[in-house]
Amino acid sequence: MIRTTGLTKDYGPRRAIENVAFEANQGEVVGFLGPNGAGKTTTMRILAGYMPPTYGTAQVAGFDVVEESIEVRRRIGYLPETVPLYPDMTVFDYLKFMADLRHLPNGDEMVENVLELVQMDQRADGYIANLSKGMRQRVGLAQALLHKPEVLILDEPTIGLDPAQVVEVRNLIREIGKERTVLLSTHILSEAQQLCDRVLIINKGRIVAEDTPENLQARLVGAERSIVRIKGDSEELKSQIADIKGVQDIKMRPDGSLEFQFAPGIDVRPEVARTIINSGHDLLELSPVGLSLEEIFLELTRDEKTTKKER
Amino acid sequence: MRNIWTIARREIRLYFASPVAYIVGLLILLISGIYFVLVVFLAGQSAYTSGYTSAPGPDLVIGLMVFLFLFAVPALSMRLMADEHRNGTLELLLTAPIHEWELIIGKWLGSFLFVLIIIAITLIYPLALNRLVTPGIDQGLMLANYLAIILVAGAFLAIGTAISSFFNNQFAAFFATLVILFFLWIVIGWPSVVMQGGGSIFDYLSMSRHFSSMQSGVVALSDIVYYLSLTALGLFLGTVAVEVRRWK
Repeated sequence: MIRTTGLTKDYGPRRAIENVAFEANQGEVVGFLGPNGAGKTTTMRILAGYMPPTYGTAQVAGFDVVEESIEVRRRIGYLPETVPLYPDMTVFDYLKFMADLRHLPNGDEMVENVLELVQMDQRADGYIANLSKGMRQRVGLAQALLHKPEVLILDEPTIGLDPAQVVEVRNLIREIGKERTVLLSTHILSEAQQLCDRVLIINKGRIVAEDTPENLQARLVGAERSIVRIKGDSEELKSQIADIKGVQDIKMRPDGSLEFQFAPGIDVRPEVARTIINSGHDLLELSPVGLSLEEIFLELTRDEKTTKKER
Repeated sequence: MRNIWTIARREIRLYFASPVAYIVGLLILLISGIYFVLVVFLAGQSAYTSGYTSAPGPDLVIGLMVFLFLFAVPALSMRLMADEHRNGTLELLLTAPIHEWELIIGKWLGSFLFVLIIIAITLIYPLALNRLVTPGIDQGLMLANYLAIILVAGAFLAIGTAISSFFNNQFAAFFATLVILFFLWIVIGWPSVVMQGGGSIFDYLSMSRHFSSMQSGVVALSDIVYYLSLTALGLFLGTVAVEVRRWK
């Protein structure tokens, strides 16, 4: 449904994105993860038909975003980072205006349906100027969902929502993502983990990693980490465990447990367990530590920085 | 056409909800009303004291109105596109399935229809005058005058819409429109005055020259074409401005 190749955008002398290439298929929720200024919004704006790329091509639902921009815009629902609302209009009038621009045959009915979907039907006659940030976000989302688009592009869709609304919106996105294509950007890594089938990590305009959240976690070099917790003082055990072949980077955690890392392929855990038992200590816990997506992200972008420095 | 009308309808609604539009409309009607009453009153006095040797014609208020439009149009057109950009709603419109030219024409049409309402209200002056003077006003002259003011308003607003598309700040758009309208209205004709006989191209480009000839009752095709071309040029430049924003 979405396919980009070599997508590059220059703002004057500054290159915002470079060679961005990815695909997103029907029934897939793809997450764009990256720090501010990484190029998430630029990529989304190009896909939404707001601006053309400097180089490269992008297709949405089989149509080129530059050559067949109107066809693309008919098929997407787009929620920009700054929710574009007219404060002087009521919620209903605003959505009706959008329905008219999209030539929806039964506009009133579709507006009512989408308002129900985002739970704003009680505020349909209220002026947008008087809405809270969370409500405005939901009206923006309603605008993107109004015409039941094939492709949904959401730039930070849960920003400004309270925790209960975040859960609702995530459920909604998950539901939509079952049948349609959803591309969303987020800073919230747990959100990407919960929502996305695939995550694209973008930094300084380039995609640095692309995989499922689970695979990204596994891909990290030296990712195998474990903690051990024993009864009593673990300080004297630290050096004994550190002496085991393959154990790296052992440290004491604030809660008194020991955390260590070992190279993939050499599982040192049985040896660690034996050492603890043989030394007469009671082993309470020996468990793996999974890296959060946040750590993966930092690690991958750090790699990027190091490679650049080396150059 | 449907998209143009959707955009235009929103603009008209917005004018009727905006204090600026009410103030501008009210000022135009108030100033032209006072002027009308004063002139009619003076003309009713003896020719010796008033200086009026003939009854005032239907062109009475139109000359003043076009001068007021020089200030009113920038105030009405300044936010048309600049506000969309400032609010971020331009992103909404440019990712909706509509063409840039539909957006610009829709914006212009909305403002034009609002100004047409103001112009329509001023019809009470010639109608009142028609009752006051014998044997009534020259209806041909009245039509020529109203055609002139409608054409001028359309061209002014198209220029205003174009300038608003280039700016993010509506006050910057206001002053830029004001300056350009004054230039096209008065300044551009000066070389032809100075050159005496030469510089007829500047005379042709002057908006006020075309207006004056229509105001005197001569409706020449060249005058109509001039204003329509200027309107089309304004709308074209507005569309280009939006395109340029996309590519920047």
